[in-house]
Amino acid sequence: MTSREKILAAVKQNQPESVPMPDIAFLTGEPVEATEKFVTTLTTIGGRVYRVGSYDEIAAIVKQNYTGGQRIITLIPELAEITTEVFAPQPAAHHLQDVELAVLKAHFGVAENGAVWVTEELLGHRALPFITQHLAVVVNAADIVPTMHQAYARNIDLSYGYGAFIAGPSKTADIEQSLVIGAHGSRSMTVFLMG
Amino acid sequence: MHTEGKDHAELADIFNKDEKRVDWHDETLWFIRAKRDKAVHQLPEWEDLRNTASQIKHNVLSNLDKYLVEFEAQAQANGITVHWAADAAEHNRIVHQLIKDEGVTQMVKSKSMLTEECGLNEYLAEHGIEVIDSDLGERIVQLAKEPPSHIVLPCIHKKKGEIGDLFHMYLGTPSGLDDPQQLTEAARIHLRDTFLTRKVALTGVNFAIAETGEFVVCTNEGNADMGAHLANVHIACMGIEKIIPQRKHLSVFLRLLTRSATGQPITTYSSHFKKPREGQQMHLVLVDNGRTVQLGREEFRNSLKCIRCGACMNTCPVYRRSGGHSYHTAVAGPIGSILAPNLDMKKYADLPFASTLCGSCSNVCPVKIDIHDQLYKWRQVLVKEGYAPTVKKVGMQVMTTTLNSPTVYRLAGKMGRIVMKYAPFAVNNGLNPWYKNRDMPEPPKESFGEWYKKNRK
Ligand code: SF4
Repeated sequence: MTSREKILAAVKQNQPESVPMPDIAFLTGEPVEATEKFVTTLTTIGGRVYRVGSYDEIAAIVKQNYTGGQRIITLIPELAEITTEVFAPQPAAHHLQDVELAVLKAHFGVAENGAVWVTEELLGHRALPFITQHLAVVVNAADIVPTMHQAYARNIDLSYGYGAFIAGPSKTADIEQSLVIGAHGSRSMTVFLMG
Repeated sequence: MHTEGKDHAELADIFNKDEKRVDWHDETLWFIRAKRDKAVHQLPEWEDLRNTASQIKHNVLSNLDKYLVEFEAQAQANGITVHWAADAAEHNRIVHQLIKDEGVTQMVKSKSMLTEECGLNEYLAEHGIEVIDSDLGERIVQLAKEPPSHIVLPCIHKKKGEIGDLFHMYLGTPSGLDDPQQLTEAARIHLRDTFLTRKVALTGVNFAIAETGEFVVCTNEGNADMGAHLANVHIACMGIEKIIPQRKHLSVFLRLLTRSATGQPITTYSSHFKKPREGQQMHLVLVDNGRTVQLGREEFRNSLKCIRCGACMNTCPVYRRSGGHSYHTAVAGPIGSILAPNLDMKKYADLPFASTLCGSCSNVCPVKIDIHDQLYKWRQVLVKEGYAPTVKKVGMQVMTTTLNSPTVYRLAGKMGRIVMKYAPFAVNNGLNPWYKNRDMPEPPKESFGEWYKKNRK
């Protein structure tokens, strides 16, 4: 018998009688003003939020904060002017190790935890939001949902190979519980809330 | 740390020698427990979430064979290679083989309590494979040559000065440097180099979805992603109980996990791995290692619902004052004390007794495991099987004699009250295991029996 057969046989023999799956539809969270809540939550967990009306505004903010010499990359065509190079997605990500800022699009945001949902095709490379020193994400204000329940109800496109909720900058509190921003992933996270 | 042959009480004694450190450990964990409370109180539907999570897990455990097969088929369709390991040894062999197949002798690993349970690092070291743990806390204990002392906060027992000394020795930071910010920066640079040069990365798994064949890994540091996305081979290892039925159920568990663990609304990164990236191999190892046996123990089955948030440890008065290492098992604290005797009753017979049975663990558990009831049940099983720890055994024999005879019971009670009144030092000393870290209560002037006799007329 293979281990697979052994394990499955043991599971079958030892598992209790089948109980039904509970309905989770009643879990919706409290009604909230989603955008407001998103801004407060993300700010509390160390992110920065700019409410903007256009891509031009985003470009202006980026140019103001990043001057000279640093690698800035984006896959958003409207932001082409801020990119310091043509960014071609390719399997290996090692060439991204000195990226200073990556500006990405997100599908939607979640008010209760300040997270944004991104999938592979928005990233160019899976490693990009982690390997970059700083991360910025553009999301429509209209695309903020209250809780994770609406988030999963909304993200029904299952074609991705990799997707992630990203909530704020990388952090750790492993040394005597002191919060330190910037562990292995991005040192800061900015969300441009559009509209 | 050398724990061989020592039981929880003896190991706790070692930890308790430094009273200031015990107080600090106690307060640090309580601080995290308090953050959990604050986060939880912001969600009026908290109890609904817990109930639902517990029910989903019940559904999982009662249909686990189907979900495992479904998960396997979906994952394979996604291009993930699925392996099955009956025990720790097989798990370690599989991982080792995958590393050998890639022709390398180094690997980077993000946090996985399962690999701790299986002793993977030691096994690979014996076979000439160097493993670097990339979670900061795990890297710190790895440099100190210690196991993690907590499943979420692996180096919660370490002071920043000690970490500074380790980094000075191994990472070349200036001596005396103990600033968390600067130490983290040093680790960031050191590990970035590791991520960029490793061809094989291993991660744990927080949740695996039967419906879609994807698995979810949650970290705050981003280390699992840095490892996996830069490596040619991604190996993910999980216990078979980590399956959940559908993608939408993640909403329930992701809302519960970090609020219970650290009081955060969600981890910084909740990564959903569904398909290997172009040119990459993705392997997933499904591990039993005693889980099917626990599934068959009706009274302890619920322990398989655990999502490893650590809340039960943070709240446990015994854990807080005895330290994670005193449990001499990979998963410490209340839940570890239920899981460990399942693997080896003799070796871990002491653990279910390392609890006050106060119930605080069960109260905070996000999947509503009846933790303290199970600890109590383990005690009965262990005593019946003859595995009770000796100190407790002697005490219990005396107790049995006392409780079996009303005369001896009344006399013993009276003696006890007299002793505590006139010679409290006879009880408040190191020979009485109940005195450790607590003063004995003032004895009542008379027993209830005596009071009742006098007053009933
Ligand atoms: S038993 Fe419950 S509280 Fe303890 S780690 Fe597991 S899920 Fe968390």
